[in-house]
Amino acid sequence: MADKKVIDEATNTEFVGHEWDGIEELNTPLPRWWLWTFYATILWGIGYTVVYPSWPMIGEATAGTLGWSSRGELEAELAADAARRAPLLKAIEAVPVEQLPGDAQLMQAAIEGGKAAYRNNCTQCHGTGGAGAKGYPNLNDDDWLWGGDIKSVEYSIAHGVRNPDHAQTRMSQMPAFGRDGLMQPADIADVVSYVRTISRQQAPDAASRRGAIAFANNCAACHGAGGNGNRDFGAPNLTDAIWLYGGDTASLTETVANARYGVMPRWGEKLGNTQVKMLAAYVYSLGGGEKKIAQSDAAPPAKP
Amino acid sequence: MVHLTDLIGMGKNRNLYAKREPVFPKAVDGRFRRLKWLVMAVTLVVYYVTPWLRWDRGAYAPDQAVLVDLANRRFYFGPLEIWPHEFYYVAGLLIMAGVGLFMITSVVGRAWCGYACPQTVWTDLFQHVDRLIDGDRNAQARLAKAPWRFSKIARRSAKWGIYLLIAMATGGAWIFYFADAPTLAASFLSGDAPQVAYATVAVLTGTTFVFGGFMREQVCIYMCPWPRIQTAMMDEKTLIVTYKDWRGEPRGKGRRKATLADLAAQPEALGDCIDCNQCVTVCPTGVDIRDGAQIGCITCALCIDACDQVMAKVGKPRGLIDYATLEDCASEKAGGLPKPLLKTLRHPRTFAYLGIWSAVGLAMLITVGDRSRLTISAQHQRNPAYVQLSDGHVRNDFTVKIRNMEARPRRMAVTLSGLPGGAMWAQGSSRDQAATRVETLVPANSLAKLPISVIAPGSGKAGQAFAFTVTPVSTDKDESAAAKAVFERPEGR
Repeated sequence: MADKKVIDEATNTEFVGHEWDGIEELNTPLPRWWLWTFYATILWGIGYTVVYPSWPMIGEATAGTLGWSSRGELEAELAADAARRAPLLKAIEAVPVEQLPGDAQLMQAAIEGGKAAYRNNCTQCHGTGGAGAKGYPNLNDDDWLWGGDIKSVEYSIAHGVRNPDHAQTRMSQMPAFGRDGLMQPADIADVVSYVRTISRQQAPDAASRRGAIAFANNCAACHGAGGNGNRDFGAPNLTDAIWLYGGDTASLTETVANARYGVMPRWGEKLGNTQVKMLAAYVYSLGGGEKKIAQSDAAPPAKP
Repeated sequence: MVHLTDLIGMGKNRNLYAKREPVFPKAVDGRFRRLKWLVMAVTLVVYYVTPWLRWDRGAYAPDQAVLVDLANRRFYFGPLEIWPHEFYYVAGLLIMAGVGLFMITSVVGRAWCGYACPQTVWTDLFQHVDRLIDGDRNAQARLAKAPWRFSKIARRSAKWGIYLLIAMATGGAWIFYFADAPTLAASFLSGDAPQVAYATVAVLTGTTFVFGGFMREQVCIYMCPWPRIQTAMMDEKTLIVTYKDWRGEPRGKGRRKATLADLAAQPEALGDCIDCNQCVTVCPTGVDIRDGAQIGCITCALCIDACDQVMAKVGKPRGLIDYATLEDCASEKAGGLPKPLLKTLRHPRTFAYLGIWSAVGLAMLITVGDRSRLTISAQHQRNPAYVQLSDGHVRNDFTVKIRNMEARPRRMAVTLSGLPGGAMWAQGSSRDQAATRVETLVPANSLAKLPISVIAPGSGKAGQAFAFTVTPVSTDKDESAAAKAVFERPEGR
């Protein structure tokens, strides 16, 4: 009985012999090309493992006859990218920084490069958007301690601020009037009151009038007679709305009594001229960059 | 009685894999063959000619009528230009194509398969090549069995050479939809075309050569999902190719019944089918339609043509094999007359599909006519949200994006409104040139990104809403677009 075939009448096809709830399966053979396609994919798979790295060995996997590796591909892509960027970087290197904004295409490239360098080196203090923090200047605004034209910015980045053991660093030091006993606490309170008056945070009163004299005697040398600051010393403008350490009475009292001494590393040696130039372009592009070169107008552009 | 369960495990002699049965369809003439010629001509002409049609869109846009410009992310269909954000038009066209296919299927069944499917069109083309080189059915079968001598090798090389030429022309035409056709044709021949063009041509040449030249009906029967889906769209009012067994059976050569009505009187007499097998010999997929509806039948109706010729010869009415709906079959079996083809078009499902199809088309037409070719959006720089300036003002930075979707460059004016004391300047300018209006040139067919700085007095509410409005500077029509924006400033000042 078992060697007898049962044939489906409608299709003239043999049954497989399975039945599920009255549904029977016909033994319809697969097309032979399907089998060959299946064998071809197996062959392809074997070839693939020969050509590409695949089989795990004791130390490392087989290398494959093509010698391909994802790391090698990455290196090749990086090299290609570096080669693609090389002419642009060379051009940026050759242009004096103050002429960069005049060349829209080069400036855009410098800004993009500067943005990447900024993310790696500057965000820790100045924040990802350049908004700064207490004691770390906001790079978006229009208040610049040491000058906001692109050349001054580049100088600040290259040489840093108050860097020990660096001759060309931006250097100044405010006396700690309270700690060192240069002013009495009452005088300090008067000066603070005066500063808050000239920055239009409070109305003049007796204390601020007394403070004006103390200011002229102790502070005007650096901050100017009107309190407008002096970029030669990085002395802040005390009449504007921007305060690096806070413009309230407590913060100002602390500043006058103990002084501030903000330090920024010098990046020139670490990053090189071109990256510093690109960083300057980026910072300049944040919206607060000054057009005019305030203090070194007369100096001819230096050729590298 | 053999129980099915007894058969388990007895398959040692079964053939698990079947060789393809070669199909040598015989040439046939008739009304459906002529319709097939017509459809083939129209589809091939449409396919090959479309990329070469021109459409003047002005100096700043490509002048190819149908162009899928993937590199620049623009689709051009005649007067319609589609930007990536308007992709719903492409979706709409696809919906129309889909519903259109359902509609056709619900009325005439597998008409797509039988006449318009590329697999059918190219298979048909390749079968004509077979007839041209090898001769008709019998000659083809003879040659297939013949040993590999010089004449067979020569014929096979010629045939496969023509296959390859057709396949290359097929693959070659496809790439012209994706780039300017004359330019691409020149660069393709000179070897300067992008690699993807050569790869596309190679793949399509390979698939056309193999699918059209060798696999043919195997693609329809084993690979294509569409026959499986189609069944869901067909019902008893759908036309299918039917062998009218109540008229034809019992088949055979010999004494025939005079009319259908004689069947009851002379049950031993033969039906109209003389078992000449012509319906099988002309079938491009090798189906015997007399076995009933089956997956191999693509309803190309060549068997109808063949059978009609035979019926004419033996002096019987045409239509022993014919397009008929299941309803017609029932009524004819009961003695009714064959219905005219056009009647079957009146079919509630058809009207439902037609309604959906027209609604989508109409909605697209209306929105296309009404769409704006100018848009603006403003993106607020969030890091930092605002900048305190030394004179007490506050600055916010925005990236204003202007889309000029016309094929000409236009000078645009962006104006600021709803921000008291507000002024702005674009990148490259500076605060001393701040104003409430900024002008910029937006190139044709492009999106301009304009970094804009806005300043306003530091006192005011935080999160103040205002708007940027863009207007073409010199314009012949009243056109503008506005984008809402928010001005941030320190709290409590």
